[in-house]
Amino acid sequence: MATLNSIKNMYGICSHAIRQTTGLRAAKLIQQRAFRVNGALRQQPFDSSEEKPQFPGASAEFIDHLEFIQPNVISGIPVYRVMDRAGKIINPSEDPQLSKEQVLNFYQKMTLLNTMDRILYESQRQGRISFYMTNYGEEGTHIGSAAALDPRDLVFGQYREAGVLMYRGFPLDLFMAQCYANVDDLGKGRQMPVHYGSKDLNFVTISSPLATQIPQAAGAAYAAKRENTNRAVICYFGEGAASEGDAHAGFNFSATLECPLIFFCRNNGYAISTPTNEQYRGDGIAARGPGYGMMSIRVDGNDVFAVYNATKEARRRAVAENQPFLIEAMTYRIGHHSTSDDSSAYRSVDEVNYWDKQDHPISRLRHYMTARSWWSEEDERSWRKQSRKMVMEAFEKAEKRHKPHPDLMFSDVYEEMTPNLVKQKEAMWRHVQQYKEHYPLDAYAK
Amino acid sequence: TDTSTRATMAAAARFLLRGAGSKASIANVNIGDQSLFGITLLRLSPNCSSQTKTQRRNAAHFTYHPDPVPTEYGPTTKMNLFQSVTSALDNTLASDPTAVIFGEDVAFGGVFRCTVGLRDKYGKDRVFNTPLCEQGIVGFGIGAAVAGATAIAEIQFADYIYPAFDQIVNEAAKYRYRSGNLFDCGNLTIRAPWGCVGHGSLYHSQSPEAFFAHCPGIKVVIPRGPVQCKGLLLSCIADQNPCIFFEPKILYRAAVEQVPTEAYTIPLSQAEVIQEGSDVTLVAWGTQIHVLREVANMAQEKLGVSCELIDLQTILPWDTETVCKSVAKTGRLLISHEAPITGGFAAEISSTVQEECFLNLEAPIARVCGYDTPFPHIFEPFYIPDKWKCFDAVKKLISF
Repeated sequence: MATLNSIKNMYGICSHAIRQTTGLRAAKLIQQRAFRVNGALRQQPFDSSEEKPQFPGASAEFIDHLEFIQPNVISGIPVYRVMDRAGKIINPSEDPQLSKEQVLNFYQKMTLLNTMDRILYESQRQGRISFYMTNYGEEGTHIGSAAALDPRDLVFGQYREAGVLMYRGFPLDLFMAQCYANVDDLGKGRQMPVHYGSKDLNFVTISSPLATQIPQAAGAAYAAKRENTNRAVICYFGEGAASEGDAHAGFNFSATLECPLIFFCRNNGYAISTPTNEQYRGDGIAARGPGYGMMSIRVDGNDVFAVYNATKEARRRAVAENQPFLIEAMTYRIGHHSTSDDSSAYRSVDEVNYWDKQDHPISRLRHYMTARSWWSEEDERSWRKQSRKMVMEAFEKAEKRHKPHPDLMFSDVYEEMTPNLVKQKEAMWRHVQQYKEHYPLDAYAK
Repeated sequence: TDTSTRATMAAAARFLLRGAGSKASIANVNIGDQSLFGITLLRLSPNCSSQTKTQRRNAAHFTYHPDPVPTEYGPTTKMNLFQSVTSALDNTLASDPTAVIFGEDVAFGGVFRCTVGLRDKYGKDRVFNTPLCEQGIVGFGIGAAVAGATAIAEIQFADYIYPAFDQIVNEAAKYRYRSGNLFDCGNLTIRAPWGCVGHGSLYHSQSPEAFFAHCPGIKVVIPRGPVQCKGLLLSCIADQNPCIFFEPKILYRAAVEQVPTEAYTIPLSQAEVIQEGSDVTLVAWGTQIHVLREVANMAQEKLGVSCELIDLQTILPWDTETVCKSVAKTGRLLISHEAPITGGFAAEISSTVQEECFLNLEAPIARVCGYDTPFPHIFEPFYIPDKWKCFDAVKKLISF
């Protein structure tokens, strides 16, 4: 009642003006009041055999026995795949029939990412960059989905989707520049490594807070829909991030507001050390989609063609029908969570080895290519050498570059430089000039 | 959050709209609606009706003085604060085809009537309800802004903005900076009803501006009346930074003045000296300006003290210069806000002025604020920093 009164009073701020008009309304008031108070006593007779539920909240039949709906977690939503672990197409009608050039491009982008991961991981171990996160085992989800998109489609990611940028042609130099936070970094050296972004490639800059990008992607897709330019939005996240409130928000908003959006969940079995049975008890993430009224599918994330097919079809329908789609790609996080994590503390080496040696997206695609004589041992050796050389060149170049000018600490907080920030910048320089021997000025651009 | 209140409001509004004459003007419809709703509740509740004779509502703790009629922006119309919000939104939707307005219950006109008529005029793809989820509303607004749309999000009460705190502080505020200006959400404006309302209790009374004042990257703006409201809101919408615009809900209907019908802007980060004086500087924002205006008059009449009254208007980034210039002249400063004192924005103003005007200060800076308690229901008259508390502080400042 307290709340009711407070609301009543909020509506009635101009209370005396209001009360004068009440007399005019009295007759209607009594009518309505009578309706409210006596409604329950005045029910009309009806035939209950033909009755259908009239509740506005759902469209359903009545049932006359008590029965709880059971979640189906033992045999869950099936995992769609196109080729088996030996790279053999299982159902020819599902073969995307990609050209040799396309498949080689897939393979080279996946392996190039893998090579970059190895080198940057090692460089962190040597203290040359501060932090790194590899993409081991999830290369197929990135390349397969990226290839199915239009390059204009806006990408919102979590942090383990560098392959999407790789597919879109983000230069090795810029990957390195971001990790080294040097003068070439488009992000001006402000964020931790692997927080990439590219305006030109429509890849929205990564941020650390998990799942925040999910409702943002819904808003961007809504704006894209209003622009009417046949653009879709794709939003990547891990199965752990899907536990955040923002995931719930994004799924629900995109369905009710009819957004052309593909939610792409990388279910790799772990969120740092937390296995999925501590993350959720339902049938993974895909099973949540229908609850939001969202078309959903589960795919084999180590099968680049399955990922490609699902994304392609989801993209086509999302744009045509203005509705969201959910793809859950089942995969396995082969590497540590990050360079700050030792995953042997919470999972067995055997488990990791199975996925690395027996069911890996890269080796599966290689089998497919080899069977068609599109790829030989010789090709493999020379590509390995070449890709390693490209990565090392970019790496060494990035390492030698200066860090950005310290003034860049103060810009872009707001669009304009506020007087307060101008003062603080000047104060910093006065201080640094006086104590310059205590600051690493030589490493920074002048 | 607060489903009972929302449900009540939505139900009330639906109920009332049906009862109202369909062709009546907006203002009349609303007044009729309110009375109907209020009285209905009272009659349905016998305990309440027996008390109404003995328990009068407390008089408002302030008196609204209309601003002088602005002449520089063309024709004006009499508007209250909620109508001036509608007018600003109307101007925006008319001039910017990408602009969209969304939030809980905005489609039918909003629980405070700020979006009445806009959906009919501009279409349901531009003025629409969202699911009941504040983190979603702000996240969605950021995304729309990132994709190039002008996004005007409504949070139903400032008290319910905290579920979106992460999206505001970690995302909206840092978008441009962290991306090296590759991406930004500068086209996002978040509007929210703000401040005490007489009986809003814990979750319909809050003034959360200080929580946001500690967050580089956003702007926080609070108007004192309809003219400022429209001009400042249009500035927020046009500004290329994410803005939070707090609307003093007690003024939605109480503040009425002549407001230009065409679009105009009032600059952000600029305080306004409303009344010049020489003995004490008084700083506030929102409704509290009207409290201090009365205090200035009381000080003049009862103490012969000349007060300079400043409406800060923008909390972040705030106008240090205008405030410090005034204090350098008067030598005394009183800051007043409804929000709790500890960690309130008066602390920021106070310490800055102390640094900048140390040699000019003739008395310790006074802060007259809410107490460090949650905002209470029945004790509101004792809680708020009313004119008597502020007057007493002026007296002490002068006799220090």
